[in-house]
Formats: sequence, C-alpha cells, structure tokens
Amino acid sequence: MHDPAAARTPVLETRDLSKNFGGLRATRNVSLSLHRNELHAIIGPNGAGKSTLVNLLAGEFRPSAGTILLEGRDVTGLTNWRRTRAGIARSFQRTNIFLPLSARENVRLAAQAKTGTLASLRGRAAGAVSLVAAADQAIERAGLTGSRDRIAGELSHGEQRQLEIAMTLATEPGVLLLDEPLAGMGQEEGERIAALLKDLSRDHAVLLIEHDMDFVFKVADIMTVLVEGAVLATGTPQDVRRNAAVQAAYLGGHA
Amino acid sequence: MSLPSFLAQSLNGLQYGLLLFLISSGLTLIFGVLGVINLAHGSLYMVGAYVAFVVARATGSLWLALPVAVLSGIVLGSLLERFLFRFFYKREHLDQVLLTFALILLFEEGRSLSVGNDFYSVPIPQALNFSIPIVEGFSYAAYRFVVIGVCLALAAALFLWIERSKMGAIIRAAAEKPEMVDALGIDPRRVHLTVFAVGTALALTAGALNAPLSSVYPNMGDNLLIISFVVVVIGGLGSVTGAFWSALLIGMIDTMGKAYAPAVAGLAIYVLMAGVLLWRPSGLFGQRA
Amino acid sequence: MTSDTRLLPHSRNGWLMLTAGAVALAIAPQFLPLYYVELGTSALIAAMLALSMQVLVGATGLVSLGHGAFYGLAAYTVYLVSPESAAQPMWLTLPLAMAVAGLAAFLVGLLSIRTSGFFFLMVTLAFGQMIFFIFHDTKLGGGTDGAYLGKPLISAFGATFDLPRRQRPLGIYYVALIQLMLMYAGLALLLKTLFGRALEGIKVNEHRMRAIGYDTYTIKLIAFTLAGSLAGAAGHMWALHRGFVNPEIVGWHQSAEALLMILLGGLGSLHGPILGALALTGLGEATQVLTEVSKAPYVPEKIAALLRLLGERKLLVEGLVILAVVIMLPRGLAGIGSKRLDKSGGGHA
Repeated sequence: MHDPAAARTPVLETRDLSKNFGGLRATRNVSLSLHRNELHAIIGPNGAGKSTLVNLLAGEFRPSAGTILLEGRDVTGLTNWRRTRAGIARSFQRTNIFLPLSARENVRLAAQAKTGTLASLRGRAAGAVSLVAAADQAIERAGLTGSRDRIAGELSHGEQRQLEIAMTLATEPGVLLLDEPLAGMGQEEGERIAALLKDLSRDHAVLLIEHDMDFVFKVADIMTVLVEGAVLATGTPQDVRRNAAVQAAYLGGHA
Repeated sequence: MSLPSFLAQSLNGLQYGLLLFLISSGLTLIFGVLGVINLAHGSLYMVGAYVAFVVARATGSLWLALPVAVLSGIVLGSLLERFLFRFFYKREHLDQVLLTFALILLFEEGRSLSVGNDFYSVPIPQALNFSIPIVEGFSYAAYRFVVIGVCLALAAALFLWIERSKMGAIIRAAAEKPEMVDALGIDPRRVHLTVFAVGTALALTAGALNAPLSSVYPNMGDNLLIISFVVVVIGGLGSVTGAFWSALLIGMIDTMGKAYAPAVAGLAIYVLMAGVLLWRPSGLFGQRA
Repeated sequence: MTSDTRLLPHSRNGWLMLTAGAVALAIAPQFLPLYYVELGTSALIAAMLALSMQVLVGATGLVSLGHGAFYGLAAYTVYLVSPESAAQPMWLTLPLAMAVAGLAAFLVGLLSIRTSGFFFLMVTLAFGQMIFFIFHDTKLGGGTDGAYLGKPLISAFGATFDLPRRQRPLGIYYVALIQLMLMYAGLALLLKTLFGRALEGIKVNEHRMRAIGYDTYTIKLIAFTLAGSLAGAAGHMWALHRGFVNPEIVGWHQSAEALLMILLGGLGSLHGPILGALALTGLGEATQVLTEVSKAPYVPEKIAALLRLLGERKLLVEGLVILAVVIMLPRGLAGIGSKRLDKSGGGHA
C-alpha cells in the first residue's frame, strides 16, 4: 500500500466480457478489476449470471466476446487447468472434492499440480515432503488441521467447505474465486469463514460470490451488482447501498 | 464409372445408410435417455434377421416376417429392460460393458443351439422379385426400393414421435440433461421401458428387412455394431437427427468406397471419424461428449 | 501413509501373501503335466494383458475397448519381422512389439482421449476394430485364417533356447512369469510416484483435477500409451507361445475378456487382474470337468445332457458366468466376504 499506483494495477481484469448460451445472454459486457489486498464481492439475484462469471474467469467456459487479463497478460484463450497454473484458483458452489481420499491427500494433490507431468513420473510420492508441508500449511490456514487425516467424504459439510478453500490455497494462486463458500453453513461456521476470508484477502485478490447480504456487506471491500448478466453498479459497500439503481432493482425488497 | 453403375451404387448407399439409421437411432436413444451402453445392439440386429429366416422357412413367405420381427423386438426389448438393464443404469460403465458382452455371447450361443451355425439365404417374396427399370440399361431391384420405403416411413414415424409426443419431449430433454426425465411428469420407468423397447424393435426390424439381401450367418451383427458406433460418434451422442445424417453419410461413403476404391474403403469411415473427433469431439450434432 | 496408492497391499502381510503367490507360480510347473504348464503360460499371458489394462481401469478409471487391438498388433508385429526359417532374438522382438503397440496406442489415444464416457468406449472400440480389419481384410498377416510363425522359439542374447520338445513349454512358462513379475513391479513403482497419485486423482474426480491445475489430457495419454505398450509385451509373448497369429486376437472380444478378468479379480488392487486371469482360465478348464462328470454312472440322464451341453459350449458358460458376476458380485471375487461399498464412497477395500 506504499505505492498507490502499483496497488491499483489490477491483478485480474475483464474487458467487455460476454457469454451467450444459444439465445440466452448470461453475461453481458462485464468489465471488472480485481486488486490484491481487496475482497471483491459479486452480488445479484438468482440467474444474474454470477456463477457463469466465475466459470468464465476460471476457464470453464469460453467467453463469446471480451478479454480476461491476468497481471496484464491476456489469458482469455487458456483452458481451466492452465489458468489455475497461471494463478487463478476457484472453489465450487457444490462441494467438489476427492471423496474417498484423506483431507490431507486432497490438498496435497492440489499442491502437486504445479509439478510438471514428466517431473511427476520421477518423483516418489512418499518422498515429496515439501508437498505435504505445503498442503499442511494450506490446511492450517483453512482451519482444518484437526481433521486432516480423515477421509474427505466423512467430513462434516462445513469442513468440506473449508477443504474446498484449502485446496484452492494449495495451488498458490494470486486470485481466489470463491463461489458461495458459505453455502449450507451455520451461523458460527459463517463467522469463522468471514475471518478466514478477511485473512486471505490480505495476500490475494479475492472474488467472492455470496447470497447472504449481511455477510457480504460485512466483509467486502468492493462490491459489484450483477443484474441479468450485466454490471449494474460497482463500488464500496456504502456506495452500493446508496446507489439508487441498485435500490430500485435489487436491494429495495431486502434492505 | 458409368451412369447406371453410379445410380445403382447411390441407391445401395442410400439403402444401407437408412438401415444403419434404424440400428444407430436405437443405440443413440438408449445412450441418450437411459445412459447405458448396449454392446449387444448388434446381436439384436442378428436376432431380427434370424426371426425373418425362421418365419420365412416356416410359412414359406417373408410377408409375416416383418410384423413378427417388430413384435418380437418390442417383447424382447421390454423383457431385457424390465429384468436386466433397469438394474444397471446407475452402475459403472465397466459393469454395463460386461453385462452386454455376456448378452452377445448368450444370443450367439442361443442362435447356434436353435438354428445352427450354417449360412442361410432368405428368399425375396415372389411378388417383389423383379426389377424396376430406371434409365436406359439400368433397372433396380424392387425389394430394395421396399426396404428404402419402409426405412423412410419408420424414420418419419420416429421423428414425429420424438418431435410431437409428450414422451418425445422428455426424450429430447433427457438427451441434453438426463436428470430432466424425473421432473417432467411421466413415470421415468415407463419412459425407459418404451425407449428400450422401441430401440430394440428398430434393430430387429433392420435385421429382418435386410435378411433377404445379406443372408443370415453367425456373428452377423458384430460389424454393424462397430459401424453404428461410428455413426453415433459422428452424429453426436443422443442426437437422432445427427444419427440420421451421419448414417446416410457413412452408408454412402462405405458403399461408394467399396465400389470404386476397394483398397481404402475399409479405412475410410474411420478416417472420417478421426477427422470429426479432431474438429468436433462431441460429434456433428452433439451437445457435448 | 496419506500418499500411498490404494492399489497395492497396505500391510506387510499383504506383501507376504503376494510373494507367496509368486513363489507358488514359480514352482508349480515342476509338479504339473506339460498340458497344464502350457495352460499356465496362457493364463500368465492373459494376466499380463489384464494387468496392463488395470493401468487404465483400476488406476485411471478409463474403460477402453480398444486395448486388445494393441495386444494383437504386437503379436502380428512378431510375425511380420520373423523370417520363415529362424527365430528373431527376443531382445529385438520384444522392444519392437512394445514400441509398435505403444505407438498405435499413442495415436488412438491422441484422438480418443479428447472424448469421455460412452464416447471414449465407442471411439476406442471403433479404432481397435479398424486395426482388426487391417489384418482381417488384407493379406498382410495371412488374412482371416491367420498365419504360422516360421519357428516359434525363444531366443535371446545370441543363445537360442532350442530346448528339447518336452522342455520347451517350461522355458516359455518362465519367460512369461518373469515378464509378468517385472510388469507388476514396474507398475507398483509407477503407482508410488507423484504421477501415480495424479492417476488416482483422475480416477476419483477428473473435473476437480483440471480445476486444481492438472493437464489431465496428457496424463491420460501417457497412461494409455504405457498400457498399450505393456499390452504389446503380452501380445508378443502370445505369439512366441502359440506360434501363430489370427485376426481374433486383435478383436475387441479380447478387451472385453480382459475387463472381465479385472472385474473377477477386483478393481481395487493391482494384483486383482492376475487372479482374475487365473480364475477365468480355470473356468475354461472347468467346462471340460462338466463333460467328465456327465459320464459318471449315477448322474441322471437329463442332467448329464445339460452338463454335456455346457461342457461343449464354452462361450455359453462364459456368458452365464459373466452375467452371474455382474449381477451378483459387482466387486468381483475379491469382494466376496467384504461388505458392499457404495460407488461414491470408493472404498478402502
């Protein structure tokens, strides 16, 4: 934060990003900037295109138009696994983990991904101490150390959500795309995740998709409101709360 | 290449393509809606051909063979679905592969036990055993026209059923999103049973129709199974429209290849499949692989 | 312990049992008539094929129906490079057969791995049958009838094992057994690498593997190519053992039988396919036992007729057995006694 100009160079930037499914325009001309040390929340009603946006940023879908820049480099054409290696990691709305493996092995696999395919043929799994250490560090940060040797499929729902986050952390990303990390969590677990997200945003650019408005207003540094695939407003939570268009279109009913 | 021979090969290609459509449309429907791979689909074609042979031998004419084949197909398909396949929809591909591999062995052994391993020809009905002159110096077998006509009529009925009926709507939806079947207000078990019976009946009908042209012999369905797979891969999984155009394309290429370039004909359809996979891995009409 | 593959024995006892099995296979021929030694060689070769396929099925979760084609292609390669009069040395034919099979697998994999699920099954089947038709429809390898190898001898490092006719089956048996053991050991080492861990990740959840940054296409292609070349080693041995080739060994029924061996022996272990191969070969013999039983004086005529029928109909028995296994033993023979595990739960079997 000493150099404001550098701090304002976006880590991830989209320019006029659009995605059509047949006749449905799921994402329309979305231009966003994510910065390091910033928690950027995307809100919007169901069907506003929030998940589509995450899938576009993660490389799951190919955009119909527009560009995606990571640290100024055009990554629009990269497939999902190349994007992850380039530093964009995502978690899934519906828990997507390796159910029969231990929590630790789940995260260790994520840490291993950066080892090239050919190098992985030479490395003995039992000797990969540094990968286990990296995995344990991510597990620690996600607050899952106590359960790390348990089988992922036997963890509680909340622990599985934490495991999702630990796996994304283990890929050592610059950008974290978190798709409803709170989905299905209780109040107390939510508090823990809020603290975790704050902590993560200190050294990552975090994009958060979340339904719980109270939660979002509490943790977000910047908010973008999506309606029908297009950006309605972007700004600090206070700006967004005061925005007349947002109030009319979306918050009116809730706030 | 002379005009009469070219015309004859074109009609042969069309007839073979339509026959392939009857077989592969059943396959693609069963993949798309039921999510099960049926390697025994070629054996069903074989069963149809032998049904025609047995009926023709018993009654002395082929006329009864077609309705009997259709009926046997519906009955056989219903039995297979109700008592076997129903329990395999949620199972691993490996189990489905082995189940249907076992069926191939059982169908072939059943054929061998009941009819034997000899090569039999099936006579074309007397009334159709003539040729229709098309152009100067070229006439074409009437029975082949009948096959083309019946295949086209069945294809039209199939498309009407899929486009217009309520069950057709479910079938279309299911090919894109299998979980939709449960949400559309018809007992999914009825949909599964019907689709399997229709697919089976189409395969038996194809076998019966083609029996007088191909004769009947052991393992006659093997080759057609592979070619139907190629048709489905090129057309796109679960797409009946894709199966139609792809079947005609493959039928034409295979027939023309064997007539005019026999040295490379056997490989042509595989090269085509490789090309489609490079260009569009989910097939020409497919949603996604 | 978290980074150990689930396909290898987990305990010292498991390894001891495995060693005991290997020792039993090594000494068995000393006590068996030659007919059973030759049968044993066939079983070992089938085990090599099934083991190579386990790289795809058990380790990576890929079910291919084109695997048998690489096996057959390798056998034909031996035929094509062997002159009529003399045997080629094994140090030439084995690497060559493996290279040809591996190259074919690489090319087929290049295209078929772009697909998944049913598409993958159908595409591998179709390309496998393409290789089948090359040998079936052309005169390259004797056409539909197949062809005999000039002099099917094992010859290596300049020394031809021109054993007396009585002892030749023993020599071939041990050559096959050593290859099978080496293949098992090599694959066990592979599964213990980071690459082996990545294969397991793909088997469990390929989509997630891509999302955490794995190039799953290349990983699967390497596995597919490796499995193909190992199938080549099995096919090579088949050619040396039987001394002839015919299109049947290229056909997709080979793949289905290898899958059956894997299912019989259990998906959850690397040694399962070996057990499955031995069991299936034993089953083939059992049909002859049925014929013998039918001759016993106290067997009622109707049952004797049924037994005779089954005894003559190997394929009928095989079909019924597969049906029984997939319906009643979805976890294979290895699953008998262990409690059923649901699909998503995977299983520490």
